[in-house]
Amino acid sequence: MRISQVRKSVERALVALPLAALLVADWAMAEPLGLPKVPIPADNPQSPEKVALGDKLFHDARFSIDGAVSCSTCHNDKKAFTDSPLRVSEGHHKLTGTRNAPTVVNAAYYTSQFWDGRSPSLEDQSQHPMVNPVEMGLPDHEPVLKIVREDPAYIEGFKKAFGKSGRDVTMDEVKKAIASFERTIVSGDSPFDKWYFGGDRNAISDQAKRGFDIYIGQGRCVSCHVIEQTQALFTDNRFHNIGVGINRIQDDVPRLAAEFLKAKAAGASVDKTVLADPKVSELGRFAVTNSFDEIGAFKTTTLRNIAMTAPYMHDGSLKTLKDVVKHYNEGGKSPGDPWPVNPYLSGGIRPLDLKDQQIDDLVAFLETLTSPAYVTAQTK
Amino acid sequence: MTKLITRRSVIAAGAAAGTLTTLPISMVRLAFGGTREDFSFTYISDSHIQQIKGASFVRNWDMGLKRAVAEANLIIPEADFVMFGGDLAQLGKKEELDHGGEMLSHLKGKLHVVMGEHDYYLDLGEYWTKLYGPHWYSFDHKGVHFVVLNSIITTDEWTFHRWPTAEQRMLEMAGLDNPNGSPFMVGEKQRAWLKDDLDKVSKDTPLIVFSHSPLQKIYKGWNFWTDDAEQVQALLQPFKTVNVIYGHVHQIQYNQIGNISFNAVMATAWPWPYPDTYAQAGAHVPVLTVPMNRADPFFERDATGWQMIDVSSGRVTARYQLWDNQERVVAYDPKLGKPVDKRYQEAIVRKAPQLHY
Repeated sequence: MRISQVRKSVERALVALPLAALLVADWAMAEPLGLPKVPIPADNPQSPEKVALGDKLFHDARFSIDGAVSCSTCHNDKKAFTDSPLRVSEGHHKLTGTRNAPTVVNAAYYTSQFWDGRSPSLEDQSQHPMVNPVEMGLPDHEPVLKIVREDPAYIEGFKKAFGKSGRDVTMDEVKKAIASFERTIVSGDSPFDKWYFGGDRNAISDQAKRGFDIYIGQGRCVSCHVIEQTQALFTDNRFHNIGVGINRIQDDVPRLAAEFLKAKAAGASVDKTVLADPKVSELGRFAVTNSFDEIGAFKTTTLRNIAMTAPYMHDGSLKTLKDVVKHYNEGGKSPGDPWPVNPYLSGGIRPLDLKDQQIDDLVAFLETLTSPAYVTAQTK
Repeated sequence: MTKLITRRSVIAAGAAAGTLTTLPISMVRLAFGGTREDFSFTYISDSHIQQIKGASFVRNWDMGLKRAVAEANLIIPEADFVMFGGDLAQLGKKEELDHGGEMLSHLKGKLHVVMGEHDYYLDLGEYWTKLYGPHWYSFDHKGVHFVVLNSIITTDEWTFHRWPTAEQRMLEMAGLDNPNGSPFMVGEKQRAWLKDDLDKVSKDTPLIVFSHSPLQKIYKGWNFWTDDAEQVQALLQPFKTVNVIYGHVHQIQYNQIGNISFNAVMATAWPWPYPDTYAQAGAHVPVLTVPMNRADPFFERDATGWQMIDVSSGRVTARYQLWDNQERVVAYDPKLGKPVDKRYQEAIVRKAPQLHY
């Protein structure tokens, strides 16, 4: 019996015990195969009322300047919580930003949010798109507060979830409700999970098993897209320069970095600047930390449901999983790119020397990471 | 991790100065007045550019030097000059020196280069000289007297009479724990030049001496060693403030001998481990004769990096820019009279290690 199975059966036994307290804490779900417990912040415990409220807020397009954009516009339930196949997201009046919408599925496990990690939590993250000029476009959060304080359904919802009404309802409650909802959007139980953690030998194909060997071996994927003994988040929650986007603007980095830091010191919003300026966007994590080590670096995303969320990378520049594998295989640049790899490239990225068959095998493995709930996502 | 420091952020940091990467000159209190002022230079070392064949070079070493050059060019305000600490090439080949030299050519600012044994023992520095000039010389900058030495020469017998080919001589000197190797030295001729050079300098003038090998004796088997170190030190000791900065060891080292502070710099290519002689107790590991590739084997840049050197009142603060790792700072502590690592302090101020499990 694998350790994961032992752990599972112990937990099942615990849940079966008539311990009311435990059941309350665990009300939301037993975590799916392959995933750990969802981390819940102490100051924002889950409750069914709060989750239902967050669900409603998440799907409400009134929180945008043109009344057409909600969180779910770019994080669409039917598209594995992305806006696939768009390359970068479309905000109000079809304005576009610079980045590909990351899925909300399993975002609860990240230790920071956004591609550059500029937000420390789901709570904090949820407020920014509403007031970003190219996303939901509100001048400030007042229009949101007006709606949630006056709409009868919201008045009822906030009362139930927080025991608050009127001016006591603030963005703090709005953010907490949205985050609580997002913490329910977790998904494991993929064919890979059934094979690797569940012991079902036939859950994935022989080709995918060969691909797994490449994933943990010659492909070096697992070093950042982490698989552990009892769970697989497929992320190290770190930031790496893998030669996407930054290669193209590498000669401009000295000017861009200096200008950006000057603007930032003068009070410019990182959130607004990186989504407005395609070149500054490519500075990646550097825009948040000012650290040379993170020039052009972006967050390691989960690979769960990756087959359903094309196109790929922070800028949506790679169309297929095969394109992604080829990019890594060349050591941080795509075949045919006119520019060399940038000098700030992560030390983990190097040519892999994978043959065509190995690339196909690796893609077959990545296709086993789709959870049952998203097999029919309408992203093609 | 290196942070780009702007004048504005220095002002914002206020009294916290000293933890910053670079200090704009205007913000620095001039501790010794007169014509001297505080300044910074960048220090890149030990890139070991290695030709595989033709236009093919070892990618890992290329990427290290490229990254150091790109990052050094981002420093605001610009450093006064750049030092390269030796071992630009791996086997002294023209192709390697040219390939590495092309990368160094992208550096902003004046470049000074130190001779390393990997640059030298193929043609005894002939091609290197065409690129970078004399092997030893001195210059003055903002009240500090700088000396560049070639500390990696050895006996005439070993150099001229022992090896059938130049290639074999190069390979023998490149080996570690090699009984056919020979200890480095500055040599009589260069020491005589140094004495003459220093005779013209006031004993109050701060000295900064650049060498490739340590001008102190650490571990002979890997030539972490200069055979006539004591004689060179004796020429430096009469000066009140002396700093020796060396490469070769691919790791952070610091030491004080009399008036001389020693700082080692990191390589951009690969890290070396601590040599055996420094082990506090028997390690019972196999004798290491291959490079310790890196601390984290996934990130090939880990445990390599480059340095910002701040010079304040003639004393050196070495700021190690360590890739995929934490920045470290080794600075002269006037109270203790020696360099200390800002993070790894004296035993009494350290957190006690866990002794039970």
